[in-house]
Amino acid sequence: MTANDESGGGARTATAASTIAIRHLTKQFRIRHHLITAVDDISLVIADGTFFMIVGPSGCGKTTLLRILAGLETPTSGEVAITRSYPDKPGNSMVFQGDSIFPWMTVYENAAYGLRIRRRPEGEIRDIVGHFLDRTGLTDFARAYPHQLSGGMKQRVSIARAFANDPEILLMDEPFSALDEQNRTLLHEELLRIWDETKKTVIFITHSVDEAVSLGDRILIMTAQPGRAKALIDVPFERPRQVLELRADPRYGELVFAIWSQLRGEVQHARGNDGRVIRA
Amino acid sequence: MSIEIPNTHPQAIRQELALSVDNRDRIISIASPLGLLLLWEITVRAGLVDARFFPAPSRILGTLVRLAESGELWTNTWASLQRLFWGSLIGIVPALALGIVMGLYRPARAIIEPLVAATYPVPKSAILPLILLIFGLGEASKIAMVAIGVFYPVLINAAAGVREINRIYLDVGQNFQASRWQVFFTIALPGSLPLVMTGIKLGVGMGLILIAIAEMIGAKSGLGYMIWNAWEVLSVETMYVGLLMIALLGFLFTFALNELERWIIPWKSDR
Repeated sequence: MTANDESGGGARTATAASTIAIRHLTKQFRIRHHLITAVDDISLVIADGTFFMIVGPSGCGKTTLLRILAGLETPTSGEVAITRSYPDKPGNSMVFQGDSIFPWMTVYENAAYGLRIRRRPEGEIRDIVGHFLDRTGLTDFARAYPHQLSGGMKQRVSIARAFANDPEILLMDEPFSALDEQNRTLLHEELLRIWDETKKTVIFITHSVDEAVSLGDRILIMTAQPGRAKALIDVPFERPRQVLELRADPRYGELVFAIWSQLRGEVQHARGNDGRVIRA
Repeated sequence: MSIEIPNTHPQAIRQELALSVDNRDRIISIASPLGLLLLWEITVRAGLVDARFFPAPSRILGTLVRLAESGELWTNTWASLQRLFWGSLIGIVPALALGIVMGLYRPARAIIEPLVAATYPVPKSAILPLILLIFGLGEASKIAMVAIGVFYPVLINAAAGVREINRIYLDVGQNFQASRWQVFFTIALPGSLPLVMTGIKLGVGMGLILIAIAEMIGAKSGLGYMIWNAWEVLSVETMYVGLLMIALLGFLFTFALNELERWIIPWKSDR
């Protein structure tokens, strides 16, 4: 290890890097007559190619933070600066929590959505979408409509849609939270396989500590409402990873335990706050 | 992977069952009006109802054949159909555009909603004299009446249809940087289509009512004219033929629109 590895997030190539710099970001909502602070003065630098996890109790403002990065919300104060290395690519694509694939489009049309919006030639769309449907095991369901799919398959479509759009940054908002554990583990492995092909910057929100440790390079722990940055933890596991094998690694348990001890107080705090907890 | 791939057997069986249920529904829909006609014929022949006001279906059928052979029936039906077609088209297109804009943009809703609320309850038949004054006795006034009748249900349902669309889909559109036009065509329009179709069905029904009324006053062709004229010459059977044709048109439109709905909203067909 040399001294120039101080930016964290593992080894980086020397080529152009899209870095996300979040400075003193604050977001407040007015709900009736209460002013609620969802995100409170978060500053953060996320290096290019990092698989960045954000963990926190329900209602800690992590989704709000992600929506600001996605451009779906504007911050009350502070700023997000993203250095782009490929200005011709879309800035970010989001995998939403819950059902977000269009019921009126087939699996193929859903996965092709971003490319069609950008008016890419049909031949290119066929190749790219074909590739990602193949990687997500959806090739046989290309012509199916979402109501014919299971929850796990719908989330695969959502992942294929985001990857096919080839953005610089992938944003994932608890994409697997509605799935059962077996499906979730399968999708973790699939996601890592697809991610290994491109190594795009990913910002991934979760409330699952296991998910954070299995997938991430770095983990940000957020406090309960108002959401602040509590701790930043590096995940030591090398890539490519096998999600199941990781669990046998003694460092896995230690890491999970360390994160849990940071989180415990926050979760309790969030629960004690019932009346005021906001969905995030 | 293998967990995800559904066992094709139960699904195939389910689909077959769903198909036969569809067919059963269709057969029932055709059989119920036929049953009613049969009942009518029997009661007239048994002398249970006054044949001067309620001539037997067989006699009405005879008149129908006569009117069909003379071509009178087709001229009048065709005249009404043409007015209905143009009226519906002229009513649906702006209603759809305006309704979706209302659903998408709050300011548009704030502007249009009170206007709709104020004008919608006015009975369309009550504005017929005004329409005749503005558009004259020709085709334009009939078409305008149909258009006005179709306009409201489509507008109201399109606006509601867009507002029913889950916000997350609009977020997806925004995240994928869809332009306003793209949001309109890829999200708002298809998303509101189920309710829009309901609006069109209601609107076409309203159009049929209004075309009959409009043709009774100041028209020299059409089914409404035929019915009114039959009253003036006291030809009760002709009146019934006119009513029957209107009912038949209504039935055919509903059937055609249901088929159209199955075809353009395949993603809802299983529900």
